[in-house]
Amino acid sequence: MSSDAPTPTSAPTTGSTGHLGLRSKAAIVAGRGVAGASKLANLGSGSVIGGRVSLALDADLLGSLVAGRDVVLISGTNGKTTTTHLLVAALERHGPVVSNSLGANMPAGIVAALADADPAARAILEVDERWVDTVLRQTGASTTVLLLNLSRDQLDRSHEVRRIADDWRATLGELPTQQVVANADDPLIVWAAGSASTVIWVGTAAHWTNDANGCPACGGRIAFTDVAADGTSTWRCTSCEFAKPEPEWWLEVEPGPSADADTHLLVRADGTRRRLDLALPGRVNAANAAMVLAAADAVGADLDRASRALATVTDVAGRYRTASVGGAQLRMLLAKNPAGWQEAIAMLAPAPQPVVASINARIADGRDPSWLWDVPFEHLRGRFVVALGERRHDLAVRLRYAEVDHAVGESLEAAVRLAATHAETSAVDLIANYTAFQDYRIEVDR
Amino acid sequence: MSVPTPARSRSVARTSALRIGLLFPTLLGTYGDGGNALVLLKRLSWRGIDAEILEVEAGTAVPDSLDLYVIGGGEDGPQVEAARELGTQGPVHRAVEAGAVVFAVCAGMQIIGTSFAGKDGTPVGGAGLLDCATVKTDEPRAVGELVVSPDPAWGLSRLTGFENHGGRTRLGPDARPLGHVDAGVGNGDGSEGVLGLGRGSGKVLGTYLHGPALARNPQLADLLISWVLGVDLSDLAPIDDTEEEQLRAQRFAAVDRGNLDGVATRSWKDRLFGRN
Repeated sequence: MSSDAPTPTSAPTTGSTGHLGLRSKAAIVAGRGVAGASKLANLGSGSVIGGRVSLALDADLLGSLVAGRDVVLISGTNGKTTTTHLLVAALERHGPVVSNSLGANMPAGIVAALADADPAARAILEVDERWVDTVLRQTGASTTVLLLNLSRDQLDRSHEVRRIADDWRATLGELPTQQVVANADDPLIVWAAGSASTVIWVGTAAHWTNDANGCPACGGRIAFTDVAADGTSTWRCTSCEFAKPEPEWWLEVEPGPSADADTHLLVRADGTRRRLDLALPGRVNAANAAMVLAAADAVGADLDRASRALATVTDVAGRYRTASVGGAQLRMLLAKNPAGWQEAIAMLAPAPQPVVASINARIADGRDPSWLWDVPFEHLRGRFVVALGERRHDLAVRLRYAEVDHAVGESLEAAVRLAATHAETSAVDLIANYTAFQDYRIEVDR
Repeated sequence: MSVPTPARSRSVARTSALRIGLLFPTLLGTYGDGGNALVLLKRLSWRGIDAEILEVEAGTAVPDSLDLYVIGGGEDGPQVEAARELGTQGPVHRAVEAGAVVFAVCAGMQIIGTSFAGKDGTPVGGAGLLDCATVKTDEPRAVGELVVSPDPAWGLSRLTGFENHGGRTRLGPDARPLGHVDAGVGNGDGSEGVLGLGRGSGKVLGTYLHGPALARNPQLADLLISWVLGVDLSDLAPIDDTEEEQLRAQRFAAVDRGNLDGVATRSWKDRLFGRN
C-alpha cells in the first residue's frame, strides 16, 4: 500500500556486501545502478525500482540479505510506520539497526533498505499486510513478528481483511518464528497469531471494534465488554470458545483533564508498572508504544533505556509535524481509514480550533469513500471544518448530515487561510488520508 | 454552509416519533451503511418530523412495530448470521405485512431474497422478503461506480453509487427492478435493484448501490420517506440539496469521463515505480 519515497534512514550509506554471494552482489550493484539513474532522471528516490531490479536478478536476495541477522517484522492495518520508528528508536541504543522506516514495505523496498546495511545490524522491517508470508519465508526462524491490528483500509477491497487474518494464521502455523508479539484486543489479530508456537499478548485498550464483530473462528458474534475506567476491556464470541487471551502486558489509562493529558501506564502480568512518556499524541500511539516495549523486552533490550528512547520520536515521515501554511501553523495528521480517523479526531486540539480535512479516493486510498459514514465526524461539532481533496464533496455531504459547520476548499493554502480566518486563530489542524497527505507533505516543503 | 432550516411537510399528522430500525449494524455495516439511517433521520427532522433510530444488534429481539427497517452490507460470514437472525417468518415479515418499509443494500438485499450464495458459494435460504435469488458466478467481482436510470414510474433522477459484490441477482415474478444500469454491473442482467410486489401492504426495496446510497441520492431517501408517510414524493417539503447536487455532478462527470478515481489514470512512471 505505502510505497512512496523509500529511503532507508538507519542504513549506513557505504555498501558492505562482503558477506553475500556473487549473484546477490551483482543483483545489488545492478539495482544501485538503476536507482542512481532513476534518481538522476528525477523520478523519485529510486530505491524501490532499484530493489525491483535486484530482486529480478536474484529472487532469493532478501534471504541472503537477512541471513544471520535478528529480524523484527511489523505488520497491521494502522500504525506500521509509526511503530517501526518507535522500535528503531528503542533498539538502536543496543546496537546497529537497519529499517525501511519510510514505509516502502513490500519486498523491493525492503531489499533496497537492506542492500547497503551493516551485516551485523538488526533488521526492523515494516511489511505490507499482503506480503507477510513472502517476507517471513525469507527471514526465517529467528524472526520476531509484531502484529498490530486489522481493520478495513481500502474499502473496495475490504473483503480481504478476514482473508488476511486467515492467511497469517496459516503462515504462522506453518513457519517457525522466534515469537509473535500480538494485540490481544483485536480478535482478528488473535485469530491470526493464535497458530504460532510462542505468542506474547499485549492488551492495547483498543477502541475500534467495528471491523471484528463476526467471529473469525465460527462466524458468530463477538461481544465486547464496555471499557473499564482504566481503559481495559475484554471480548469473547457468544457462540464458541474464542475469547481474548490473557495478556502478558497491557495498557492502562489514567484520565487527565483532557484526552491529551491522559497518563498511559504499561503494566506487566508480574505487576510492574511503567509510565509511558511519548512526544507522539493520542492513545493509539500509547498502544503502539506498548507493543514496541513488549517486543523490545522479547528481543532482550533494556526496558528503561528503550522506554526513554520513545520520547525522542516526534515526527514520523511527516506525520504529527507542524508546517507554516498560508500564514498559519498547520499540524499534520494522517488517517487512512475509519479506525485511523477516529484516533486522529481524538488527537485534535480542543474546539474551537479549526480543522482542514482532506479526502482522496485513488487506488492507494481505496476508490470507495463510503467509510466516511463510519467516521464519527459529529465529534467535530463546535469547530469550523474545511473539506478538501478530490472527494471534498463526499466529505461536505457527510459533514452536512453530521451538522458540522463547514465549507469546501480548493487548495491547501486557501483552505488553511479560510479555516484560520473563520476561527480567528493561527493554529489549524489537518487530517488527510493517504495520497492527500503525501501531496501536502511535498507541498509544505516547497 | 449551514444546515437547512426545518420546514414542515404539509401532509403529516403523526402522534409519535417515526421509528427507523438499523438492523444488525455490527454484522452488516461494512460500507458506512449506518449513513442511510442517519440521512433518513435528518431529512425527516429537517422537515419537522420527529424520528428516531433504533439500532438492533444481532442476538436481541427485533421489534415488529418499526416504520422503516434499514439493512446494510457485509461479508460472507456475517451475512449468513444476519439471515439466520431474520428468519423466514419473523418480526420484520410481520412489520411488512402491516405496512412497514424495508430498505436493504448489497448483502442486505441478498439475504432478504429467497436464496443467496454462502461462504463457499453454496445456496443459503434467505428471509424471503423479496422474490429474488442471488448466485455466485464465474464472473469477476463487481467493484466500481454504479449509475442507474430508475424506472420512470418513481419520478427520480439518475442514481449514483458504488457497488462491491460477487453475486448476481435474478428477479422472480413477484419483483421488479429499481431501474436499469447505465454504468456498472448491478443485478448482472442489465437491471438494478429489486422492489417487492408481493407481500402485505409494505414496500421492500433492495439495491446494489451500497453504503451511504441515500446520501448520494437524496431523492431516493425522500421516496422511502414518502412511502412511510403514505404521501406522494411531490408532497414532501423541499430541502436545499446544493451540496448533494455538487457531489452528484462530480460523480456523473467522473463516470462519463471513464475516470473513476477522480484522478488521472496511473501513468507508466507510476506503474513502473509502484506508486499509486
